[in-house]
Amino acid sequence: MWKLIKIEVFKIFKKPRTYIAFIAVWAIVSLIQIAIYADGQKYMDFVLKDVKDNFLVIGDPLNGYFVCFVILQTLLIHVPLLVALISADMIAGEANMGTLRLIVTKPQSRTKLLLSKFIASSVYVLMLLLWIAVIGLFLSMGIFGTDGLINAKSSEIILINANDIFWRYLLAFAFAALALITVAALGFFFSIFAENSIGPIVATMSVIIVFTILSTLEIPLFEKIKQFFFTTHMIAWKGFFEMKENADGESIPGTIRNLPAVLRSAGVLAAHTVFFVGASIFIFKRKDVLS
Amino acid sequence: MNTIIKVSHLSKQFKELRAVDDLSFTVQEGDVYGFLGQNGAGKSTTIRMLLTLIAPSSGTIELFGYNLYTHRKEILQQVGAVIERPDLYKYLTAFECLSIFATMSGLKFTKTQLMEQLELVGLSARANSKVRTYSQGMKQRLGLAVALVHNPQLIVLDEPTNGLDPQGIADMRNLILMLSRERKKTILVSSHLLSEVEQIANRMLIIDKGKKLVEGSVNELFHPDDTIVLLETTDKTLAEKTISQSDYAGALVQIDASGLELKMSRDAVPAFNRFLVEHKIEVKGITARHTLEDYFLKITSANQHVEAYKN
Repeated sequence: MWKLIKIEVFKIFKKPRTYIAFIAVWAIVSLIQIAIYADGQKYMDFVLKDVKDNFLVIGDPLNGYFVCFVILQTLLIHVPLLVALISADMIAGEANMGTLRLIVTKPQSRTKLLLSKFIASSVYVLMLLLWIAVIGLFLSMGIFGTDGLINAKSSEIILINANDIFWRYLLAFAFAALALITVAALGFFFSIFAENSIGPIVATMSVIIVFTILSTLEIPLFEKIKQFFFTTHMIAWKGFFEMKENADGESIPGTIRNLPAVLRSAGVLAAHTVFFVGASIFIFKRKDVLS
Repeated sequence: MNTIIKVSHLSKQFKELRAVDDLSFTVQEGDVYGFLGQNGAGKSTTIRMLLTLIAPSSGTIELFGYNLYTHRKEILQQVGAVIERPDLYKYLTAFECLSIFATMSGLKFTKTQLMEQLELVGLSARANSKVRTYSQGMKQRLGLAVALVHNPQLIVLDEPTNGLDPQGIADMRNLILMLSRERKKTILVSSHLLSEVEQIANRMLIIDKGKKLVEGSVNELFHPDDTIVLLETTDKTLAEKTISQSDYAGALVQIDASGLELKMSRDAVPAFNRFLVEHKIEVKGITARHTLEDYFLKITSANQHVEAYKN
């Protein structure tokens, strides 16, 4: 199994298309960093427009942690497409190339083949997130320095001390990994039905877009069912940047306001992943390979 | 001699289409077994069932004396295959491709062993070139290297000469014969060309619409007594009259626009040629072909006519 995983990872990183995602992420992150570096104060004034008359902001709110927060909010909408580019290609791409029939005739079980392919796509997801962390977090910390983070929500503004932020990012990236692995599992699932990767990529993105729209519509029917959509839970990483409050309404450092809700979201994502991968294996084991 | 492949009452139904219908055959150790049929006859479906790519609707397959589906892993370790086009990872080099499939076969290989394999198929000089730069013939040879890399006892080749130029076809034929004679491999090779199978196989099976038509040794099926001689002359009437009054009268099978057809032993053709010269019959052409070829062409063209009518 380990050898199979190594082979699949090797194949992923030998494909030129794999690097499209890394280049795209670098381009988006660089543009955001340049824009904030050049004109960040105006953006910060806009974020703080409702509170700047009532609060005295001490320190530099326009720091690396804040820039990374902006980057993550922007990227985690687009990264699923980059993940689908690879995961939806895992089986369909082999069928399209004509190599699927060759690997299925090797003395390896179809379950092992599929699991190794899925694990390899998960490795790709982790590498992509590591790349986002390096250029989005660490490079931003280097360029803009570190200080407290201002998390501006529609109903409140949360201020997090500089020494209380880094561990939140680690957890946020871990959660984002889980969310993107779920996307990878969905792309992987569609991949077993097709003989070229365009269909599975489009299908994966369509599901994400439709579910995201349904999640945001405040219609009673959708309110009841949207808790079952994995897309509803993909943004739960933001929960790591909210803190519990004491009786005086002051934030308590080192706390997460609604950890059970975040863990529940993680559970829903994990369950979806297991379902998509399990269904893929169940169907593929019985599938005639005609490509 | 051991039975390597034993197929019993194998059938495959795809919705409305019965691709393979109650097919049974056996392949013995050391055979080069020709699997012949026109396009769409069910050859590839049968081969895919032999390689576990497609599940049979009914029937059993035994390889090396074991049920294929209960001993899949052990059996496939002893099987190498090239299925239709030799498609490989275009973005990898030949060496990388071979290395991947060698590892997937479950055995350990050294770089030297892999290079030897590429040497065998004449690709060692291009081992580090990307597969996308390879010609069709080179890809076919690399496909064969992939099939052979784990030293399997049984080699399954589905239309291995498809898309090759004449030199490529000759090279592939020689490679198959070498594998059979020098390396003692058992080879199942499918083709839609009778002449191709005749040159390399010792036993053969012809199928049509998924059903077995003929099976046997090539020597039996291509018995020299079953030769059809087509005679083209400048004066067909004289030729017919002369032959009808000679010892060759009984051999006359058919007279049509293209000439006269006679059935005789291949060894008798030179004497018949002398007879024509002696009787001053001017010969434009004399062609000997086997009755099996006629039979195969008949079933092939019959189906082609049906297809043409459908279109």
